[in-house]
Amino acid sequence: MHLIKDICRDFKENKVLLAMLAPAIIFFFVFNYVPMAGIIIAFKKFDYMAGIFKSPWAGLDNFKFFFMSGQAWIVTRNTVLYNIAFILVNSTLQITLAIFLTEVGSKFFRKITQSAMLLPYFISWVVVGAFVYNIFNYEFGVLNTFFKSIGMEPADVMGNVGSWKYILIFFNAWNCVGYGTIIYLAAITGIDKQLYEAADIDGANIFQQVFTITLPSIKPTYIILLLLSIGQIFRGNFSEFYQLVGNNGMLFDATDVIDTFVFRSLMQSKEFGMAAAVGLYQSVLCFAILMISNYVIKRIDSDYALF
Amino acid sequence: MKINKCKEKIIFSLIGYFEIIVFSLLCIIPMILVLSGSFTSEISIHMDGYSLWPKEFSVDAYRVVFAVPDKIVKAYTVTGLLTVFGTLLGLFVCAMTAYALQRPQFKYRNFFALYFFFTTLFSGGLVPWYILIVKYLHMKNSYLALLFPPLIAVFDIIVMRSFMKTVPRALAESAKIDGAGEFRIFIQIFLPLSKPALATVGLFIALRYWNDWYNAMLFIDKTTMYPLQFYLYIMLTSMLQAANSAQGAGITFKVYPSETFKLAMTVVATGPILLLYPFVQKYFVRGLTMGAVKG
Repeated sequence: MHLIKDICRDFKENKVLLAMLAPAIIFFFVFNYVPMAGIIIAFKKFDYMAGIFKSPWAGLDNFKFFFMSGQAWIVTRNTVLYNIAFILVNSTLQITLAIFLTEVGSKFFRKITQSAMLLPYFISWVVVGAFVYNIFNYEFGVLNTFFKSIGMEPADVMGNVGSWKYILIFFNAWNCVGYGTIIYLAAITGIDKQLYEAADIDGANIFQQVFTITLPSIKPTYIILLLLSIGQIFRGNFSEFYQLVGNNGMLFDATDVIDTFVFRSLMQSKEFGMAAAVGLYQSVLCFAILMISNYVIKRIDSDYALF
Repeated sequence: MKINKCKEKIIFSLIGYFEIIVFSLLCIIPMILVLSGSFTSEISIHMDGYSLWPKEFSVDAYRVVFAVPDKIVKAYTVTGLLTVFGTLLGLFVCAMTAYALQRPQFKYRNFFALYFFFTTLFSGGLVPWYILIVKYLHMKNSYLALLFPPLIAVFDIIVMRSFMKTVPRALAESAKIDGAGEFRIFIQIFLPLSKPALATVGLFIALRYWNDWYNAMLFIDKTTMYPLQFYLYIMLTSMLQAANSAQGAGITFKVYPSETFKLAMTVVATGPILLLYPFVQKYFVRGLTMGAVKG
């Protein structure tokens, strides 16, 4: 009884704050929490007309269908490997660029180059799709124009399964390295200047300063960003893969990720149940890996854990 | 030893300049190629291909893009209105939420913070979300399906909340003693003091609306309702429509600018972002830095 009374009193005292929170609470309830209940579609033989509740149960058939199709392994592997490549390439570029940008060049130089690096973040993936076509298309692409001008044979880059991983990794870095560089720049700016002065007096050269002061100081930022990206490691960048690769079935073995697979199952083959099952599989994997990695980090050093 | 240190500094600088310059160039070259290509004549592209500077200048591609201007004007209008209304609405809701979540005397602030944060950890996936919007909220072919999904993001709330935490607590307390209610404190004290955060988060939201094509692909079938980026996508993938539109307008070409048309379309759809970029960039940087440091 006391509890209800307390809550009533709190409610009264905070009614304005609660009213201010209400739009966002309702928004997230409708668009995030209600769909969570909708994951029962994964266990149903979904009939669009009948709706979620009247559709018959299917047990684990949707999952069986996905895992038996042979696609499960391919799309999961592609998603994880691409994301690992993105994390490694992007964070290496972000950290090195941030370190160099704090040490090298005039203020003007830094401003111009930083603007250039951040610009891609503002460009939509549709436009990046146009870039890829412009550069790599067989007949008139920039690359083949260049090859022809130096007397080489034109290359069919877009039809070649092997070249796509480089294109996708490059444009992913292109899109988000500038963004991450700024975050690391902020972290580096926060380092105490006296550390560098002291190291300088002690005779440490610039490489030693970077390895003994800068890198250890940005470790917390690195670990938080790493944890966040590990939490997304089973989520493919749908926009990038869909816009760059398109619907070329010949390339799917090398370029299909979970998100593009779910999208096609839903929009093209209308396999609602199976698509929902794959979505659930993905969400559970993401949640599990984030919890595990957060737990591991917490055991090693609790300061670095997300929660 | 002094000389040694100098040598290392030079090597370090050389590597630094090299990486920064190469990466910056790689970032802008695709854009220059598209821009230059869009102003090149189609024949020159067929003969020599693309180059960093147009070999044979031509605006044929732009004539096709604007041959039937109503469609592209319509797409611009849809995106423009969505961006303006969505950003204003999203910003207001985000700021209110962040304000309530940072009030120290609000007992349930941690509970609600978790309520929002949890949605980034676990989600129902595409299918239930899609079915909810189409079958139960009946938003297929409705602008609401384009307005709602990009409206509020948890990351925006976190950035806004971290900024509002830096507003001196005494300001709110003294206003309270003077009899101001929570909503009034929010409007008259916190909003004016949070301008940098509002600019940044506003930019995040505006960018989500401007670059959105995904929600249109899922929920919009009517061509007259397409937002800009999705219209661009349709134009890039189906040349037939573009050819028809030019013929309909009675423009004839020696060589139809099919390749350069795509590039001109891309430029037209990206233009405003590139023009605004120098002005909004600093807010963006500031906001990212705030979110990162205090996260």
